[in-house]
Amino acid sequence: MEFLSYLIIGVSLGSVYAIIALGYTMVYGIAKMLNFAHGDVIMVGGYISLLSMTSLGLPWWAGVLLAILVCTVLGVVIEGLAYKPLRASPSLAVLITAIGVSYFLQNAAQLLWGASPMSYTPIVSGSLPVGGLSISYISLVTIVMCVVIMTALTLFTEKTRMGKAMRACSEDKGAAQLMGINVNRTISLTFAIGSALAAIAGVLLCSFNTSLMPTTGSMPGIKAFTAAVFGGIGSIPGALLGGVLLGIIESLAKAYISTQLANSIVFAVLIVTLLVRPAGLLGKYVPEKV
Amino acid sequence: MEHLLKVENINVYYGAIHAIKDVSFHVDAGEVVTLIGANGAGKSTTLQTISGLLRSRSGGIEFNGESIGRLPPHRIVERGLAQVPEGRRIFLQMSVQENLEMGAFTRRGGVSEEELERVFEQFPRLKERRRQIAGTLSGGEQQMLAIGRALMSRPQLLMLDEPSMGLAPILVEQIFEIIGKLHRSGTTILLVEQNAQMALSVADRAYVMETGRIGLSGTGRELAESDLVKKAYLGG
Repeated sequence: MEFLSYLIIGVSLGSVYAIIALGYTMVYGIAKMLNFAHGDVIMVGGYISLLSMTSLGLPWWAGVLLAILVCTVLGVVIEGLAYKPLRASPSLAVLITAIGVSYFLQNAAQLLWGASPMSYTPIVSGSLPVGGLSISYISLVTIVMCVVIMTALTLFTEKTRMGKAMRACSEDKGAAQLMGINVNRTISLTFAIGSALAAIAGVLLCSFNTSLMPTTGSMPGIKAFTAAVFGGIGSIPGALLGGVLLGIIESLAKAYISTQLANSIVFAVLIVTLLVRPAGLLGKYVPEKV
Repeated sequence: MEHLLKVENINVYYGAIHAIKDVSFHVDAGEVVTLIGANGAGKSTTLQTISGLLRSRSGGIEFNGESIGRLPPHRIVERGLAQVPEGRRIFLQMSVQENLEMGAFTRRGGVSEEELERVFEQFPRLKERRRQIAGTLSGGEQQMLAIGRALMSRPQLLMLDEPSMGLAPILVEQIFEIIGKLHRSGTTILLVEQNAQMALSVADRAYVMETGRIGLSGTGRELAESDLVKKAYLGG
């Protein structure tokens, strides 16, 4: 029984990682860059939703919508101002810029909202008794959200014209341009989707943690990035698998081994996995015909 | 009569390297024109400049009387200019049909079955394999897919960059048969080739490129019979 409840916590924590990992993986797949500021967009989403509930007195769903809106715009603006001018630059320049944007967001948040933690009221509270277990509603909401998002994104990339254009861009930007696809616009759209997901992840994460500070997004961001690599970066199902596995490993490690060591164990699993499967669990390798 | 494509004194640089020097030529509607020349002569660079992937520092490119030299690549495709890139560059992880759909990206309405059927008529092999992932096709099939994909945009001018590269002789024959067929059905073609003999056999007119400049030009037959071209490109 105890094991089962740790497992459920793990799956719901993992679902948050999966939603964040999607943002990393989509941006990596298309722009071929690691957007280290992604975790901090989560934090911004958390603050916007919290402040719209507390300061503006909006209902929680309006707060969530506002957070999605602000983060989407923020993501597109970051891409346009910081990354787009570096499109032709070496990838190291883009990586350093992303780290810079990450610190910028953290410090801007500190300036705006202070460095001390604020308490966050979960969007849903209470729990559902199932047999001898009690599953918190926020866990259920998170898992359902994750499944819905995953399904929607898969349908989008498989079935729609823009989704297919995204896949084309992720394979070969030059060839995509020759098809008449506007690559810059496709990259902006990817950032918009990733950042909207970050806002949702922010709300869910803060509802779990019930607190929020300017560095809230950075550790989950790094873990979700780990999850994306673990599952196979660039792959949408890989982000789901990596995220959920990571959440379970973390939750079980905390429960049965040591809370302090949990993070080390998570990253150790990543290292071992990559030694065995360098492309991640679901990473694609398509041989090229010459 | 106005030329369909008019390239006038373009100059293209890779950093400090002056890759294309004052290149001018034209293509008229209905023609097959070929650019031949050795590896590194600037043929592909010229095509990429017309497509907008590279920029010319000076000179101009006109298509249908409109200047396209400053347009981004996707705007150029919208105007009816399609390119089959060197090395095919099909989307290996997408299905054959999805590749063809991408070729029709500029037509917002989506792709009708008739549209696909038109390409499948030219390339029956692709019809058999329409659900297959493009990466599993043979080299020749991939080249056919690359050509079919470009035709999906219903281009007024089709530019082919080294379509015979890396293919077995029998497949090279097949590709050139297809080019001939497209020509007879009224498609205007600009063909870049290292295989000068094959290229000259299908071309109405040809330009010879050498280290970034256009040297000789003439009809396909004139050049095929010219001593200079024979010696340099046709092996005797």
